[in-house]
Amino acid sequence: MTRFQKRLCIGLLIMALLTPLGILLPEKFKAEEAWGEWGAEKLEKVLGYIPEGLKKLADFWKAPIPDYNFGGEGASMTLQAISYIASGLLGIGVCAFVVFMVSRFMAKHGK
Amino acid sequence: MHIPDGYLGPQTYLPLYGISIGLWAIAQKKLKKQLSLKHVPYLAMAAAFSFLIMMFNIPIPGGTTGHAVGAAIIAILLGPWTAILAVSVVLIIQALLFGDGGITAVGANCFNMAVVMPFVSYWIFKLIKGKTVGGARLAVAAFLAGYLGLVVAALFAAVEFGIQPMIATGANGRPLYAPYPLSIALPAMVLEHLFPFGIVEGLVTMLLLKYFLKHEPDLVYAVLDPSTNK
Repeated sequence: MTRFQKRLCIGLLIMALLTPLGILLPEKFKAEEAWGEWGAEKLEKVLGYIPEGLKKLADFWKAPIPDYNFGGEGASMTLQAISYIASGLLGIGVCAFVVFMVSRFMAKHGK
Repeated sequence: MHIPDGYLGPQTYLPLYGISIGLWAIAQKKLKKQLSLKHVPYLAMAAAFSFLIMMFNIPIPGGTTGHAVGAAIIAILLGPWTAILAVSVVLIIQALLFGDGGITAVGANCFNMAVVMPFVSYWIFKLIKGKTVGGARLAVAAFLAGYLGLVVAALFAAVEFGIQPMIATGANGRPLYAPYPLSIALPAMVLEHLFPFGIVEGLVTMLLLKYFLKHEPDLVYAVLDPSTNK
């Protein structure tokens, strides 16, 4: 790895450690989830009903770490922040690994 | 902009899966031809960067949140076809591991954020950059590439949301999937990405491009413009 690449990696790690800002700031400014990403319960509250097709598809997949949070919905902010950093590190590890393997395979066959 | 499961009906998510899979196949062919081994670590880092920047939810006080995607700077640095690969992998892993974006909506989310966005960003960058090699014009080109790339991606997501009530209603006339029509989805999605989320994407794109041009100018795909680049 070149020195420049090392510097980029350090930058990414610093970014990962700062990710809790991405949940702390919305909490502080009372901002809700992104538009169009509400759960079925929230939709029912707003609309008065859950669209039928949506209800069927909504639980199509149970992600192992929903919302980048190990602690579940009632988790304290501290636990959420720690989960968020851990999820960030896990996520970049998996993404980098998969992209590395896929692109390495393709580059080998190229030049 | 991560569309969850249930917001799009099969009439929408299936064709978008088809389009995304087709483009992945083309991207794979292009990359086999032009990807060199020295770029591989950068691709991995680009994916990590995109993953992380999407975790930084930006609040609109009392309103919603949103985030940058990072696809614009990846397209400028490594090329739009490379960006398709890097950002698609990120979106698939976000959906599988973290439930961010639906599994049925992977095709749609990849189309919006990993295809539309990098290409719009790349084209805008090239168009505004013209033949200049540095200075203010390059910075403006990078900013607008990020800014408009994100806004156009949000526009596509808004259309996908907004057409649902038109194409799928239940026996009682209620929408089956995303409930809000275009008249609500379009302004909601586009305005928040015009301000503030797009500004963040624009600034990130501009500053990172400046950083790379200073330290590793030979890497920047959109400035080198290799002959294989189309």
